[in-house]
Amino acid sequence: MNIHEYQGKQLLRQYGVAVPNGIVAFSPEEAVKAAKELGAAVTVVKAQIHAGGRGKAGGVKIAKNLDEVREYAKELIGKVLVTHQTGPEGKEVKRIYIEEGSDIQKEYYIGLVLDRATSRVTLMGSEEGGMDIEEVAANTPERLFYEEIDPVVGLTGFQARRMAFNMNIPAKLVNKAVKFMLGLYKVYVEKDAAIVEINPLVVTGDDQVIALDAKFNFDANALYRHPEIMEMRDYDEEDAKEIEASKYDLSYISLDGNIGCMVNGAGLAMATMDTISYYGGSPANFLDVGGGATAEKVTEAFKIILSDKNVKGIFVNIFGGIMKCDVIAEGVIIAAKEVGLQVPLVVRLEGTNVDLGKKMLNESGLNIIAADSMADGAQKIVKLVG
Amino acid sequence: MSVYINKDTKVLVQGITGSTALFHTKQMIEYGTKIVAGVTPGKGGTEVEGVPVFNTVEEAVKATGANVSVIYVPAPFAADAILEAVDAELDMAICITEHIPVLDMVNVRRYMEGKKTRLVGPNCPGVITADECKIGIMPGYIHTKGHVGVVSRSGTLTYEAVHQLTQEGIGQTTAVGIGGDPVNGTNFIDVLKAFNEDEDTYAVVMIGEIGGTAEEEAAEWIKANMKKPVVGFIGGQTAPPGKRMGHAGAIISGGQGTAEGKISAMKDAGMKVAATPSVIGETLIEAIKEAGLYDACKTH
Repeated sequence: MNIHEYQGKQLLRQYGVAVPNGIVAFSPEEAVKAAKELGAAVTVVKAQIHAGGRGKAGGVKIAKNLDEVREYAKELIGKVLVTHQTGPEGKEVKRIYIEEGSDIQKEYYIGLVLDRATSRVTLMGSEEGGMDIEEVAANTPERLFYEEIDPVVGLTGFQARRMAFNMNIPAKLVNKAVKFMLGLYKVYVEKDAAIVEINPLVVTGDDQVIALDAKFNFDANALYRHPEIMEMRDYDEEDAKEIEASKYDLSYISLDGNIGCMVNGAGLAMATMDTISYYGGSPANFLDVGGGATAEKVTEAFKIILSDKNVKGIFVNIFGGIMKCDVIAEGVIIAAKEVGLQVPLVVRLEGTNVDLGKKMLNESGLNIIAADSMADGAQKIVKLVG
Repeated sequence: MSVYINKDTKVLVQGITGSTALFHTKQMIEYGTKIVAGVTPGKGGTEVEGVPVFNTVEEAVKATGANVSVIYVPAPFAADAILEAVDAELDMAICITEHIPVLDMVNVRRYMEGKKTRLVGPNCPGVITADECKIGIMPGYIHTKGHVGVVSRSGTLTYEAVHQLTQEGIGQTTAVGIGGDPVNGTNFIDVLKAFNEDEDTYAVVMIGEIGGTAEEEAAEWIKANMKKPVVGFIGGQTAPPGKRMGHAGAIISGGQGTAEGKISAMKDAGMKVAATPSVIGETLIEAIKEAGLYDACKTH
């Protein structure tokens, strides 16, 4: 789960990590009020969307007076920002962050991420701030530094110091940078973050070491123990179908194609998408109904697939282990009747109670095309959709 | 022979009184698995499905000599259950539970350093040695005893591969689901090593998916060490970057973890790679025919 920059900065502030003063606003009036309250010589007006690259897309404006704050706020609220992370359709700005301007001397990068190879949290830092860190890693890997963190002791002072020196933070500010990093690690662990990136971290003319941006991503599996993070969830930033699916504990991802997929198991669901593409079709979604699906869950899954107007056909691919084929069949029949199925439906069933499941589908009176294997089913649905 | 588990393995079920655990305990017993004990704190002294229940793993091990545990404990408590199995010095702990917070697993892995127990999973279907011992949630009937080892990050894709092998008349030694989480216990290389050393395993199917670099590392190891044919498949070839495909570990990020990278690493290691999941069985047959092992692998 992602949160906005201003929410990330609230968290950082709670953990003693230095950030500029700022106030969130939902209208130009609120923006002006916020700027007055901040009383800074220069005010930054920043679009709040869950995507990077806002600066380049015109989502960050520098205002020298309250009129400019109002003007930029008017311009940004309601604007659709297209960045390299939003996709071509872009994202509409609904909130803006009004922040005091900083006298930037130099920009750095600092981040915390899980390293799967070592099963440890790793601190990454570079003096190449403000850039795409993946480019730094690819082009100048010698300028990106890592500290692997032992969970028993956490990020240590010497590691943070070594990082600060490696990043060429001015010697007199190393202690401030260390405090910054230790706070960052603390918030990462205590809030079960998956990724925290501060890009840029800046050193200012008045000798501050502060986070100019804050990108947080949280481990979805740990949200149950962080209601305060759950409250930060912004549903406007997420796909409506994905939100609906998550209510029923279904794993659903919207895609661009026209063949709806319903599969059990994440690996098989991915492989089903691959197989459809292999035969020249294009999947409309990834959907894993999970191992313990009930008829009700299958019905909801079906409704979500059909709520996508691009869907011209559906392929159900089930290899029942825990999942019983008759349960899937029951769900498919109920759903198809309830929604008045208008598109072709191909079903491949295998596994526990497969004969019963097939019989139920045959006797349902619905126009369901049976498939003998994943490849057979994929070919059939691709042909039917045309 | 086989790897990790066999007909003599004594299994204890952690969280045995939960509904999923109960269902699968029955299934495992029906398959012939020796389930010797269950553990549910507070339910010690009772019995379910004819299996004695204990309050702690330590007690259960003392009383029954269990050497492998299977964990069905709900996610918030699953990491602790793994620690308890490790503390009791079991040979192996197989964690079926999905949705365990990743930082819990970081701590578990740290705790396990230098300890005896092998962890398989979490978020995995388990381990099965055909006709001998089934530990986990996989459908038993698709497996046939034979000479091909299977290792996979995905549950249902493992079933798909095993089913194809059985249909083609190719039996299996052991199928190991290592799970779809970013931090897990046993990895591809661990299982490949075991298959490489197992006299009864003649060839291996390895099923990976997008995310991380485990498949690339395994391919490198295969190139340097593997004495037996290995065929591969990678799920998620059409998945868009930045989207988590169900499994917490299945995500392409920062240009890493793409299917193309994994497939080319596998091919570079001399592996045959199935273009679609439907031809995993066929691809294996091609490989064992080339190696002159087809007749030896044909079991029925």
